[in-house]
Amino acid sequence: MYMKGTAARMGVMKRVSLVFKAKANRALDKMEDPRETLDYSYQRQLELLTKVRRGVADVATSRKRVELQMNQLQQQANKLQDQARKALSMGREDLAREALTRKASAQSQLDELQTQYAQLQAEEEKLTVASQRLQAKVDAFRTRKETIKATYTAAEAQTRINEAFSGISEEMGDVGMAIQRAEDKTAQMQARAGAIDELMASGALDDVGGRRDDIQSELDMMSANSDVERELAMLKGELTAGAPKQLEGSAPNGAGQGAQGYQAPQQNQASQQDQAPQQDQQQGPYAPQYSPPSQTEPVQPPQQNQQNQQNQQAQPAGLPVADLPGLADEPQDGDRS
Amino acid sequence: MIVRILGGGQFRVDDSAGAELNRMDSDLEAAVERGDEAAFSDALTRLLAQVRAQGSPLPPDILESSDLILPHEDSSMDEVRKLLTDEGLIPG
Repeated sequence: MYMKGTAARMGVMKRVSLVFKAKANRALDKMEDPRETLDYSYQRQLELLTKVRRGVADVATSRKRVELQMNQLQQQANKLQDQARKALSMGREDLAREALTRKASAQSQLDELQTQYAQLQAEEEKLTVASQRLQAKVDAFRTRKETIKATYTAAEAQTRINEAFSGISEEMGDVGMAIQRAEDKTAQMQARAGAIDELMASGALDDVGGRRDDIQSELDMMSANSDVERELAMLKGELTAGAPKQLEGSAPNGAGQGAQGYQAPQQNQASQQDQAPQQDQQQGPYAPQYSPPSQTEPVQPPQQNQQNQQNQQAQPAGLPVADLPGLADEPQDGDRS
Repeated sequence: MIVRILGGGQFRVDDSAGAELNRMDSDLEAAVERGDEAAFSDALTRLLAQVRAQGSPLPPDILESSDLILPHEDSSMDEVRKLLTDEGLIPG
């Protein structure tokens, strides 16, 4: 009770300083010869100096690694942005969305790295200053050590040795803690850097120039496809003069023309009611699966009224997934029949 | 008197500033005892600012032990608790 009250009145500052002093005193008590204390302590100071300098170098190495990684992430974010733009210009909103999603992921990793990078930088500076301070104290201690050895007898030296030892011991404790903190921060940073390396290797953030860049390969493929289409169009243009009928049958964009062209052979004596569902079938590859319901269901009655209306109604009902690839398949269907 | 801020060097502070420092230190300690992290962080920031404002940095080649020692800027409450128990945090 009394102890606790005393401690409370003492405050944090005093208690911490007492903890440091107690530590120094325990070390002093272990020494039998006070002069031995000086040499032993000096050795430990030099070791600590080496350690703190190595600590500075370690933090710097870690910082540079993070720097590289941040550059990499930035490049990826930029590249994904470009890919999103390109994908959108090609009408591929899905790809653009995927690219932007990955970009957001890369960006959030980048933001976190930046925060930690700043901490690491601060730690490096603190440690550098700590190392300079310790160096100054160690130099002072060495001078004091020589003076004490030369001037005083062992008995006389005791008090002065204790002073010098306590002074440097506090600094050493402080620096030791700073090194520990820097090591912890570096370890955290390295763990994060390692995790990001793994993330990048997995392709989740889109590996820069990597083989697993699926967005890029799809964009490339689309570019290649459009080249093929261009050449195809050119060839068709060449053929137009010689065989105009063939062109009509294989024109990829002449959906309406083509559909009517196929309908005739497919259904020679087709009634107007039957034509509507058949047009549906030709709209896409899935049409055959959907045709039975569209023939039996209430779509039929309106078909008798007006053919244009039938087409509009039947298309969404019979073919919910009509899309561009479906249209592109049409000529092939026609070729087969 | 001499005040050390861990990781921030030593300062010579006039004894007349002691009362105010002690009052701020009581706030800090109370926050640690309550386990109030926000109050702790606030009290520590103010205390360190006060030492820096009132004190002048001690040249690094002076070998003197400090009368008071303060935790470093971004210490967590947990770190300070460990510091007070004389275990773990101070190496060697």
